[in-house]
Amino acid sequence: MFDDRYSLAHKIYPYEKHADQDKAEAVRHPVVVVGGGPIGVATALDLGMQDIPVVVLDDHEGIGMGSRAICFAKRCLEVADRYGCGEPMLEKGVVWNLGKVFHKEGKIYEFNLLPEEGHKYPAFINLQQPYFERFMVDRLRALQAEGKPIEIRGKNRVDNIEVKDDHVVLDVMTPDGPYKIEADWLVAADGANSPTRDMLGLDFTGKVFQDSFLIADIRMKNVEFPTERWFWFDPTHGSGASTLLHKQPDDVWRIDFQIGWDVDRKEEMKEENIRRRLDAMLGDVEYEMVWSSIYTFQCKRMETFRHGPVLFAGDAAHQVSPFGARGANSGMQDVDNLGWKLGMVLKGQAPVALLDSYSEERVHGADENILNSTRSTDFITPKTEISKTFRDAVLTLAAKHAFARPLVNSGRLSVPCVYDGLSLNGPDQLPGGPERTRVGAPMVDAPLGNDWLLGQVGGHFTLLTIDADAPESLDVDGVDVTRLALSAEGNPELAERYLGDAKAAVYLIRPDQHVAARWERFDTASVRRAVNIATARA
Amino acid sequence: MSTLNTDPNITAPDDFYATLLAAHEGKSKEESDAINARLVLILANQIGDTDTLNAAIALAAEG
Repeated sequence: MFDDRYSLAHKIYPYEKHADQDKAEAVRHPVVVVGGGPIGVATALDLGMQDIPVVVLDDHEGIGMGSRAICFAKRCLEVADRYGCGEPMLEKGVVWNLGKVFHKEGKIYEFNLLPEEGHKYPAFINLQQPYFERFMVDRLRALQAEGKPIEIRGKNRVDNIEVKDDHVVLDVMTPDGPYKIEADWLVAADGANSPTRDMLGLDFTGKVFQDSFLIADIRMKNVEFPTERWFWFDPTHGSGASTLLHKQPDDVWRIDFQIGWDVDRKEEMKEENIRRRLDAMLGDVEYEMVWSSIYTFQCKRMETFRHGPVLFAGDAAHQVSPFGARGANSGMQDVDNLGWKLGMVLKGQAPVALLDSYSEERVHGADENILNSTRSTDFITPKTEISKTFRDAVLTLAAKHAFARPLVNSGRLSVPCVYDGLSLNGPDQLPGGPERTRVGAPMVDAPLGNDWLLGQVGGHFTLLTIDADAPESLDVDGVDVTRLALSAEGNPELAERYLGDAKAAVYLIRPDQHVAARWERFDTASVRRAVNIATARA
Repeated sequence: MSTLNTDPNITAPDDFYATLLAAHEGKSKEESDAINARLVLILANQIGDTDTLNAAIALAAEG
């Protein structure tokens, strides 16, 4: 009845019988989350920190094996930081800046990411997914110890969902048999094959890519390998049609081989065959195998991420190719977007319509991610003769001429999307204001003495004033707005990122650190109107 | 409004045409395709401007 679908790296939420299971009547919870992966646990952190009771149901008892998502991007880490678990990720993660691109037999060029100074988090880190999840569950346990109303129930599998007008009824299977619970809101974070999506009979449409990739995680013996990202197009050593190598913590290297569509998975997964590919690529080095897997991928999304009281997040809502690291990274942005909206609706501060903006904004994000990862896929694995001709022309030129290098697409780094032109946006009335912090954009970090700007905002509405007057706080029909008063004097990063050519600025910041509106100076009526727009009350 | 120049602009048309064909002399179909692809990319970089490139691609696709 309870066969694990995968083996565990950390069994950290073992099954325990809950009082709900003995109740004659199904117990109603404000929020139930299906899925204890990174997106489900992040949802629990967000809601728990708002003191909203949340129950996470997972059909396993901990974190799955395997490095899986290994690139965590800046915005994702900033979201984790807001949840109180970004620092251990940064400490454990590997930061790299040097990338090398190879075509056929040799290196064609290298690039340095040259990171911009003045941010708490780097552009991204490499970190095995089990660490990422572990740090989040550790944080969840710490919040529980502080009395935050978060529960995580292992070996609780949702077998049926009945969707009512204003709640759902769940049939949950456990090792002690079935029980029912109800939820005002259900967050489905149950992954790319989302059973919730299937149970609700919802479509998941898009493109299936006919290619498979073999992942091998290896630990080198007696060899110093540099902390760099290497990408081969058509390597002549014959290990695969394209090959990617990058470093993870604990001296582990990840190697991805593109191995084609019609492969015998069982045969390819044999250690001797994996070693044959590795040896062809690495030459005469000793290594031990840590983990391996074969994956295929699709670029798909649901038409809308809200279906009545059911909200879809992460891979359950959208799936992309792995190129560009847009899976877990975009899922974390879903949670960042959903958490405060669900919180305000549950506290009666905003209408249910605010949750439709979750779908609007994150569908926009998903489309951007699908577009980018589809383009990378088309470059890495050209599907027609002419696309191969152009791809090879780009690579041939890139070896000798800098102009062709921006066309080489081995995965575009995941950057957060800007909610340009969407419903919650207020006025952008800061003449000369920087493009990167325009309305709809996530805030850009900046140093504040020994601290960081992003550490000062988030979780509630903030009025960020830079060399501008404003009241210390405002109550906009039950929504608190707190001022953060800063000066750009002696802070060139803040001036460059938030003032541009302006002398002063007033920014209205959403709880997810996105810019809701900005002006040259404070005006009560304008700020009130913008708060109402940003909470779907206008 | 398109910035694509569809008026004659090549300084020495016959010379250009001869040079273009000469680059393909003795090449296989595959080699020629590769030359053409590289040439498109080199010229595209010279133009740079998105609107002009889009107009040129649309015009070429019209046939």
